[in-house]
Amino acid sequence: MKNNNAHVIGVNGNMVKVAFEGTLSKNEVGYIHVGTSRLKGEVIRVNGSEASMQVFEMTGSIAVGDEVEFSSELLSVELGPGLLTQIYDGLQNPLPDLAAQCGFFLQRGVYLDPIPSKDWEFTPVVKVGDRLRPADAVGTVMEGIFTHRIMVPFSFEDEDWTVTHIVEKGVYNVRSEVARLKSAKGVERSLTMVFSWPVKKAIKCYRERLRPDETLVTKIRIIDTFLPIAKGGTYCVPGPFGAGKTVLQHMTSRNADVDIVIIAACGERAGEVVEVLKEFPELTDPKTGKSLMERTIIICNTSSMPVAAREASVYTAVTMAEYYRQMGLNVLLLADSTSRWAQAMREMSGRLEEIPGEEAFPASLESVIASFYERAGKVRLRDGKIASVTIGGTVSPAGGNFEEPVTQATLKVVGAFHGLSRERSDARKYPAIDPLSSWSKYKGIADEKKVSYARSILFRGSEINQMMKVVGEEGTSVEDYITYQKSELLDSVYLQQNSFDPVDSAVEVTRQLYCFDLLYSILKAKLELADKKEVRAFFNQVRQSFLDLNNSAFKSEAFMALEASIRELAASKQGRA
Amino acid sequence: MQKVYTKIESIVGNVITVRAQGVRYNDLAMVGKSLANVIKLDGELVSLQVFAGAQGISTTDEVRFLGYPMKVSYSENLLGRVFNGSGKPMDNGPELDENLIEIGGPSVNPAKRIIPRNMIRTGIPMIDVFNTLVESQKLPIFSVSGEPYNQLLARIAMQAEVDLIVLGGMGLKYDDYLYFKDTLKESGAMDRTIMFIHTASDPTVECTMIPDLALAVAERFALDGKKVLVLLTDMTNFCDALKEMAITMEQVPSNRGYPGDLYSSLASRYEKAVDFEGAGSVTILGVTTMPGDDVTHPVPDNTGYITEGQYYLKGGRIEPFGSLSRLKQQVNKDTREDHRALMDGMIKLYAAYKESVEKKSMGFMMSEWDNKLLDYGKLFEARLMDLSVNIPLEDALDEGWEILASCFEPNETGLKSDLIVKFWPRTEE
Repeated sequence: MKNNNAHVIGVNGNMVKVAFEGTLSKNEVGYIHVGTSRLKGEVIRVNGSEASMQVFEMTGSIAVGDEVEFSSELLSVELGPGLLTQIYDGLQNPLPDLAAQCGFFLQRGVYLDPIPSKDWEFTPVVKVGDRLRPADAVGTVMEGIFTHRIMVPFSFEDEDWTVTHIVEKGVYNVRSEVARLKSAKGVERSLTMVFSWPVKKAIKCYRERLRPDETLVTKIRIIDTFLPIAKGGTYCVPGPFGAGKTVLQHMTSRNADVDIVIIAACGERAGEVVEVLKEFPELTDPKTGKSLMERTIIICNTSSMPVAAREASVYTAVTMAEYYRQMGLNVLLLADSTSRWAQAMREMSGRLEEIPGEEAFPASLESVIASFYERAGKVRLRDGKIASVTIGGTVSPAGGNFEEPVTQATLKVVGAFHGLSRERSDARKYPAIDPLSSWSKYKGIADEKKVSYARSILFRGSEINQMMKVVGEEGTSVEDYITYQKSELLDSVYLQQNSFDPVDSAVEVTRQLYCFDLLYSILKAKLELADKKEVRAFFNQVRQSFLDLNNSAFKSEAFMALEASIRELAASKQGRA
Repeated sequence: MQKVYTKIESIVGNVITVRAQGVRYNDLAMVGKSLANVIKLDGELVSLQVFAGAQGISTTDEVRFLGYPMKVSYSENLLGRVFNGSGKPMDNGPELDENLIEIGGPSVNPAKRIIPRNMIRTGIPMIDVFNTLVESQKLPIFSVSGEPYNQLLARIAMQAEVDLIVLGGMGLKYDDYLYFKDTLKESGAMDRTIMFIHTASDPTVECTMIPDLALAVAERFALDGKKVLVLLTDMTNFCDALKEMAITMEQVPSNRGYPGDLYSSLASRYEKAVDFEGAGSVTILGVTTMPGDDVTHPVPDNTGYITEGQYYLKGGRIEPFGSLSRLKQQVNKDTREDHRALMDGMIKLYAAYKESVEKKSMGFMMSEWDNKLLDYGKLFEARLMDLSVNIPLEDALDEGWEILASCFEPNETGLKSDLIVKFWPRTEE
């Protein structure tokens, strides 16, 4: 213990003031001794010989004078094979193991090994005398379907290390030595398959960062075609309660075309996490044929768990994402919800008696949110492989009003905005992404010209709809009425998607493009329809066939028949364009 | 360590500060005759919130630290009893101090939770049929002052098929407290009920203790295998009490004066709803009055993000629109085959009825279809929506078919043909 005489001098909620002697760094982890338990906390402010710690546990029974032990380490996570399929709390405590040990409740002060003590078949890829840098691989193990690279810890300060010892190919425990390295200065270090990394520091062991220019396919039509996200990009999903944020994220986590999905359930309902926990092991990943759980890590710090750990949980998640990126994989991080994370910062800021910013959020809110989203990115690793971390965060704005600080700070830094609207969810139009106000800066799967034409129909349709509310259907021209019906058609058969239908819930790119082209031909067509009654009848018919088509397997007999009938119907009303 | 201090340094609102040593955070103390708990430690300065309020406390009053946090007695003897926010009896019964348990305990490990699977029958069609209440659900009733939300809660307490009711009343009018007590006594439900009551005239601090007391007791009964329903009314008063305490403690307010941790405070209470595998369960039904009928007010807004749906109580009826039980899908597939389809179909027709009403009020011509809808809407409101209707789920479903049959032709309802063949009431015979 390096800080003698560190002891508690004040408690206020989850903030504890500590007097100390000697050195102490910001974000250093300390343990408060209360009776027989040790409560973990993180230093967030140092002032003379007093430090303020945010404690990751309930602070009841702490007394002035209780001893505090500092660890000299920043808040870190352990990285190594065995992270996948795990369920952690915000501080990387494995929850199933904790349940096995403590039963129903989260007992405070119990910290278990995050990486299961397991044997792995290790294959060395270096030999004695090889020179390595941090993040270079010394060997590999097979973690499920992935080749997990055992790397030189990123935290090794020196850039030049020589291998002095490497084990033979064989089965080793995750914590037994697999290599020894010596630096140019003569320092010798031993390597196991596990090392730790401070969560609030981005891992930057890559050659360069690239522009996110490849679409990340989610199999959700409105996203892939109209509001695409990119591998290595960022996006946010704000929406009022009940608008379907979490359902949308679950759909994405199931179908996204990435190697690994990390779900950070941050301050939301425990029940929603349970659905993932119980469902994912049953579902198969269409890409690999294995259980979806094999590509998933869940970080779960639900709303009733201690607030400070909630703040840490998103960092824990993004650090793991960056770690797997170092292996050349594409990782998607879904954070639900970043508002709860921001609220955790607000609670802390209040206890520190900082001067409040807007709605009492700390003044640093924007920069903190920005630096979190900036940890996403597509990179070229030193071995030339391209890998990425994509971050998608939901935002739960107070009162469903997007003008609040968290939504606004997030909008500044993300590449795509999928705003959910109450009107759409009330009308049971799912996914309830508002196609008019949402935007994306990324490249989608479809032809841009066609997409922008389809969008213009949507805008025009909404204008006409507004107008019709005033002048009534009678006062609208047939031509306008057709445009309005076209926009309604686009909305109901393409933008909306039934997440419970086995076919419609996940739509492949080829199918999306095929259907979009079919739809586009109708949107573009100059229709010869005499009056509104005929217009209505025509679009009702097209819509019905199109919806049936959405529910039939791609290019099946039923599908082809429906497609033919739609084309025929359209052709029969086609004017001389 | 029962040390006694007699020098109170400051008295602000309901918070007193005293110089003391060896005091632990969250511990209890006796200040004069009232309980108090430690809410802040700063060196030797200990801040305590006095449950009975700081009125009349003098700077030389005794402060005696008890050395343990707030506890509540837990045993079968609680049944049928009424306590206040300090855990003291309100019903002239004996004080209970056996088998004390801590309140505000740790949260349940998410890995130990299970997917909810049992419905709770209430005999109220608007709940059972349209927004089924599910064991381990947390659901608020969004309402406005003046609506009969307490009457609704009392009815649910009497009728719900659960082993035990724990009623937490916050800022209750004394009349309402008596109403609860009398109604439950008359119906015989009192001996499976435990009440923790804070009336509007009681001290604010006690209001903030009610949910924790009620939930701690409920949780223990659930662990012992009981199916517990916790009724909390009115959570807006609880939030206002938190606000008052936060302002007294000079915390920076975040939104309309409420403290920044309002969401966490509410969540840590509502998340106590749980189904213990191999034991009992806790289900929470709360009342949240919306000031000014504004759902974006911080209290209903934060509540909505935490709970699994909500019931809107408006005009003395549970509104079919807006009301939502997020967990109903888990159970309404196993009740009766026509449950889901009938639920959707009837709501769609009711929505059409509302449109017709609007058209009528604007003076448009009523078509034959409109008239059918108007008849339907009236029947629907009288025979299913009315809060006095008290029938089991199956009867309510049959009633639904009757209403449909008396207003429409089968093909006008949009229901699937096989269901119509099976359930459409036959007029001949």
